[in-house]
Amino acid sequence: MGQPDATGRFGDFGGRFLPEALVPACREVEEAFLDAWHDPAFVAEYHRLLATYVGRPTPLTECVRLGERLGIRLLLKREDLAHTGSHKINNVLGQALLAKRMGRTKLIAETGAGQHGVATATAAALLGLDCTVHMGHTDMRRQELNVFRMELLGAEVVPAGVPGTAGTLKEATNAALRAWVSETRTAHYCLGSVLGPHPYPYLVRELQRVIGDEARAQAAELLPTGIPDVVVACVGGGSNAAGTFAGFVDTPAELIGVEAAGGAAVSTGTPGILHGFRSHFLQEGVQIAEAHSISAGLDYPGIGPEHMHLAATGRVRYPTVTDDEALSAVRALAVTEGILPALESAHALAWILRAAGTPELPTGTTVLLTLSGRGDKDVHQIRETLAC
Amino acid sequence: MLTLPRDHKLLIPYLMGGQSADWLDVAKAMAEAGADALEIGLPFSDPMVDGPVVQRAAATALSRGATPETVLKELSTVDIGVPLIAMTYANVALGIPDFPARLVEAGISGVIVSDLPLEESAEFRAAADRAGVSMVLLGAPDCADDRLARICAASKGFVYSMTAMRTTGEQAQLTTAAKDTVTRLRRHATIPVIAGFGISTPELATEICTEADGVVVGSALVRELLDGGDAATVAERVRGFRTALDRVA
Ligand SMILES: Cc1ncc(COP(=O)(O)O)c(C=O)c1O
Repeated sequence: MGQPDATGRFGDFGGRFLPEALVPACREVEEAFLDAWHDPAFVAEYHRLLATYVGRPTPLTECVRLGERLGIRLLLKREDLAHTGSHKINNVLGQALLAKRMGRTKLIAETGAGQHGVATATAAALLGLDCTVHMGHTDMRRQELNVFRMELLGAEVVPAGVPGTAGTLKEATNAALRAWVSETRTAHYCLGSVLGPHPYPYLVRELQRVIGDEARAQAAELLPTGIPDVVVACVGGGSNAAGTFAGFVDTPAELIGVEAAGGAAVSTGTPGILHGFRSHFLQEGVQIAEAHSISAGLDYPGIGPEHMHLAATGRVRYPTVTDDEALSAVRALAVTEGILPALESAHALAWILRAAGTPELPTGTTVLLTLSGRGDKDVHQIRETLAC
Repeated sequence: MLTLPRDHKLLIPYLMGGQSADWLDVAKAMAEAGADALEIGLPFSDPMVDGPVVQRAAATALSRGATPETVLKELSTVDIGVPLIAMTYANVALGIPDFPARLVEAGISGVIVSDLPLEESAEFRAAADRAGVSMVLLGAPDCADDRLARICAASKGFVYSMTAMRTTGEQAQLTTAAKDTVTRLRRHATIPVIAGFGISTPELATEICTEADGVVVGSALVRELLDGGDAATVAERVRGFRTALDRVA
């Protein structure tokens, strides 16, 4: 996918809309990353960790039974098999290495459901960095187990949001940015998706492109045509989708990013500025609205700027899926393939289930789906929802 | 455009628009108690640079049904008696059509947009200029000297000097960065350099004003209101700051 311009924009989207206090810090991250990413030693160390710690390459699994049922050829890129259970670790390890290279001793992160928080706490432990994770007060209550996991890993989890606010990922991100203002000299802000001020949307995509690059090479071995017809991934902020698409954007493959119906920034958002970047956001007037999705990982009121650019230029389509459709998709994959997907990934699968056999996804199509994470974290919530 | 007096130390209290039913009375009381200008917060859902007190004020204002638009409308019905400076975020400033003109209609002559730094603000500064509103920029302790110089050149009305690398909120002491940033800004500024963020007491105000041309006082006053204070109690606190600043040569 494209390079952002000098101001960090992808077309009309992106930029660096920050308090003056954070501008120097972001410029340092930008310079350090560009330098590191061109340094073969840094890249080699990153790939060494991906291989020996994360367990990469993750396999490409063909879903024979579900594929037959749907009349398509269905391949899963298995990010659920990565250490800590999701694609988040790819990004975090890269940023943790960058933090060390910059002489930082601490990682600051935001988290919604806790996947990015757990990944950050893990990387901090591995590399001997301190770690503070900001998490909305409501999410902390809903995801007690992930809070405990982070604490076990040695991280401090700080409740975010004052009374009268929803206390979810949006607040956690505000809190992490606020905390960073006072610690720019010692801490690196380890942002969890292709969001935020420049260079984060670019930096996180580059660290996640390992998903797409691997999948491209694996598909080339497996498929007669070398590339799938359609590539699908779920979109919260859009990091697993951006990483996946990066491997296929220069091919004829159709690219589909699936948003949660209650967090559909592309189809129901309007232009706005939040968390340092311009994109589309769910809004009421000029106030940012809360997203609502059964999957906390898709509960973000906006979408990464490069995705918004890909939507505006028509290269990627962003359909939406409801909570119920996602729950059905969890079941379908579990009983036909023995794989329990994260609720986030289930959204992407749900679109496939809905589209298969229609002109959107004709019989005989080859589809590659990034399974961004495993469903263990969601079992409790799924059981509660199904019991209702 | 915003013009401030240069013959004494300036006192600019902050108030969140719409945070209580009587907020306009509070604004008037602040002016009568000796404020040189007022900074009026236009409530936003995600006040990234604000600490807990101002966050709480914004959440309170929004839950009362206040919006940036209602605050501007209410302001346009009264004369507060001193220059007004709107303080808000980029989503509000760039999301409301013809925002600078709307400020003028409300009687506001200056504007601060916390998350519109130097590079991103050029277009908005030009639009504000055309409408007759001064855009005030902030300088932070972490900014290099050449950056502070460009901030001074671009800022109108005054230039806002952050006392520390921090969000808004009260603090007990000034860091060495506080005076240093003012000093570095003053080297480049032809307009007043006003210090803000954490100026919580008249003592801190007078301390920084040995170097700065004035102060913005936010959280200390906002908290007073959130804790149940009214126009009279807040005016009393403003008077305390006024008296102290008038003693600084
Ligand atoms: C398993 C999983 N998938 C997807 C996402 C959505 O994030 P993104 O769109 O940035 O990849 C999350 C976020 O928490 C997640 O945990």
